[in-house]
Amino acid sequence: MPELSQQELEARFQKKIDENLYIEPKDWMIDKYRQNLIRQISQHAHSEVVGMLPESNWITRAPNLRRKAGLLAKVQDEAGHGLYLYSAAETLGISREELLDQLLTGKAKYSNIFNYPTLTWADIGAIGWLVDGAAIINQVMLQRASYGPYARAMIRICREESFHQRQGFEIMLTLCRGTTEQKAMAQDALNRWWWPSLMMFGPSDKDSPHSSDMAKWRVKRESNDDLRQKFIDRTVPQADFLGITMPDKDLKWNEATQHYDFGEINWEEFHQVISGHGPCNRERISARIKAHEDGKWVRDAAAAYANKKRQKAA
Amino acid sequence: MPQQLTPIKKDRKQLDMEQDNQWPLWEVFIQSKSGQPYKHAGSVHAPDGEMALENARDVYTRRNEGTSIWVVPAQYIIASTPEEVGSFFDPANDKVYRHPTFYTVPEGVKYI
Ligand SMILES: [Fe+2]
Ligand SMILES: [Fe+2]
Repeated sequence: MPELSQQELEARFQKKIDENLYIEPKDWMIDKYRQNLIRQISQHAHSEVVGMLPESNWITRAPNLRRKAGLLAKVQDEAGHGLYLYSAAETLGISREELLDQLLTGKAKYSNIFNYPTLTWADIGAIGWLVDGAAIINQVMLQRASYGPYARAMIRICREESFHQRQGFEIMLTLCRGTTEQKAMAQDALNRWWWPSLMMFGPSDKDSPHSSDMAKWRVKRESNDDLRQKFIDRTVPQADFLGITMPDKDLKWNEATQHYDFGEINWEEFHQVISGHGPCNRERISARIKAHEDGKWVRDAAAAYANKKRQKAA
Repeated sequence: MPQQLTPIKKDRKQLDMEQDNQWPLWEVFIQSKSGQPYKHAGSVHAPDGEMALENARDVYTRRNEGTSIWVVPAQYIIASTPEEVGSFFDPANDKVYRHPTFYTVPEGVKYI
């Protein structure tokens, strides 16, 4: 086969994407596509893994066995999501070790939302309802991302996510139908989680550095602002049903646009948290480091056992 | 909140990873129901086949997605190269006579 020039290869690559075909690990790809995907998929994986921390904080204090089993299963799912995504990132030529390394040394980012603390049981409800709810909106879009292994991981993840959101909503509903104090707890959790949830969709489109390439390459199929609006439109009626209110005095239905208008997002806070100054950044990373170090004997034991078996077989 | 935070270490070697090899990669295939073909589900790292099976079970079949699992060392999978997709599959392209619709059966003939 004659050698294709860089230009021809790029054109071919783009054509494939435009025809709604998928790029697979061994296919030729633009280097920046590979790099951007490694960054995005690994950030996503880290978020699943770090995201277990705020929730696992409440596993031992869940109010009853039903809630405990549900929360435990959810947190276990998130570990699974992390694994699917690390595997997808690895197909792009980065090792698991490097990926973990980037997380534990603070080099890699993960979703900002997990740098906020879970102060009460109602926060577990708010996370499932809002944080998983926001994640689902993003992940549904990514099910058709152009990179095959990423898209397939997303399909699997989306199948599992709906239970996460429902268990969160059910917790909120139970609290809202409970005593005055319980309802106040639910409202307080909503007050603290609402704005950070909106920030999960990332900066407004005009300030989003990676969006345009990723849109061209069919990874980001909808803009940050559109996804955010979709989330708000879906979630406000749910809050109405619960009988609690979003902490936003500018939030109101706009008959003309058929969307909710909402107030100004505090991007100052977003940048503060993302650059390491959120309430729990340090705590999260040190918890991951500790988990990694405490788990070393398990990894060593597994390797030793496998070795012993190999020697016996030989 | 924990009393004492583990300090964040900047140096990779301090992270106790010298011996932290990743273990071999295994590709996971799952049969969803008896009689169905095995389908690729993803991959896991594991030190041996037995643990690869257990990891695959925990990662890919938490909701009865399977009745049986295969794990295969990723290094033993031989794949066709995407660049050759044209020439590699080319022999089948012009053989319409491999399809039932190539053959005429008069109207009224049944069960064929
Ligand atoms: Fe998840
Ligand atoms: Fe989730």
